[in-house]
Amino acid sequence: MTAELAEPASKIELPAHVGGGGEIPSFDVTLRVRRYNPEVSEDATWDDFKVTMYGTDRVLDALHKIKWEMDGSVSFRRSCAHGVCGSDAMRINGRNRLACKTLLKDLDTSKPITVEPIKGLPVEKDLIVDMEPFFQSFREVMPFLINRGHEPTKERLQSAEDRERFDDTTKCILCAACTSSCPVFWTDGQYFGPAAIVNAHRFIFDSRDDAGDMRLEILNDKEGVWRCRTTFNCTEACPRGIQVTQAIAEVKQAILSRKI
Amino acid sequence: MSATEIQSPRSAKAPAAKVGSNRIAPQYRRNGSSKGNFEMLAWLFMRLSGVVLVVLIFGHLFVNLLVGEGIHAIDFGFVAGKWADPFWQIWDLAMLWLAMLHGTNGVRTIINDYAEKDATRLWLKIVLYAATTVIIILGTLVIFTFDPCPVVNGVQLPGGFCPAP
Repeated sequence: MTAELAEPASKIELPAHVGGGGEIPSFDVTLRVRRYNPEVSEDATWDDFKVTMYGTDRVLDALHKIKWEMDGSVSFRRSCAHGVCGSDAMRINGRNRLACKTLLKDLDTSKPITVEPIKGLPVEKDLIVDMEPFFQSFREVMPFLINRGHEPTKERLQSAEDRERFDDTTKCILCAACTSSCPVFWTDGQYFGPAAIVNAHRFIFDSRDDAGDMRLEILNDKEGVWRCRTTFNCTEACPRGIQVTQAIAEVKQAILSRKI
Repeated sequence: MSATEIQSPRSAKAPAAKVGSNRIAPQYRRNGSSKGNFEMLAWLFMRLSGVVLVVLIFGHLFVNLLVGEGIHAIDFGFVAGKWADPFWQIWDLAMLWLAMLHGTNGVRTIINDYAEKDATRLWLKIVLYAATTVIIILGTLVIFTFDPCPVVNGVQLPGGFCPAP
């Protein structure tokens, strides 16, 4: 028998206006999206989109709805859409957040929700920025294990306590929410930025790594950790809850105790 | 296996950083690396001088405004009396130098953070350092060369509290 088994039709005919018991409430919300297209105009503008969304929807779902059903030219980055890849960091209602981790119902839906590209990096189109300066700083701190000992035949073992030392900074997903929330970075983009320091911290305090001194020397630069003003914008912006400012302070301490 | 020499990939020097560097807008290219620990020492100085200044300034306020007759005792003679004592000369000198350097370093930081053009930074800092130098030198001279009873051409300048020459 090859006939597909269709789901049995409901025995009770419900009128269209009666919802199910667990129906998710829907609401109308306006998204005010920052638009920029250098091929059309050098000026960025705001576009308002009114969409009907549900209580379980995130800002990313609203952007999808806009792009797929209203205006296909709206451009933004997203990959996994579940807070892991770090592609969709944007400025939502003036705060840096991941669009895929921000529920619409947690925002004030009575007013338009502003969605802008993250600050401090050159905008390419709409919500897409050039991440190259950000990754440049990341590369400069050498975010990889450097071990001068003999290569082990098995994995490099480490005690739970040694691992705990840098556990917080292993969580970084390189979304740039912290660096692009940093007012010092906004000025001239010369500062290494919180993300690079967090990723340096991850190796500086790794007991298996031998290049901590080299990284500390790099971050002792005039554009290094000493430009941090402890405004805590980065800690507040981090979608992974990394204590960024504390990590920067620990790197400062490490440089100080090494020099003095 | 010999230890491999690992060059730090400084954007300005390492050849590896040249790859794709034209993708980076000029304002994002780091202006080379800085040698020395100036920024670290400046950061450390801010914290240490801050702690010392809290003691110096509150000590200064306490002695001037609260002890004895308090605020009503302050006049020319009061200041002259304090500066006759080497203890208060050193105290005020430390306060002057630390406060001026602490403040100058703070403004230097603000200039670095808010001035976007290198030329603007340079000029603001020239003005800042010139003003600091003048005030520190002038203040130091006043503390050490202060004479409450100056005699000009053999004539005592009006003061009232100076003993007759």
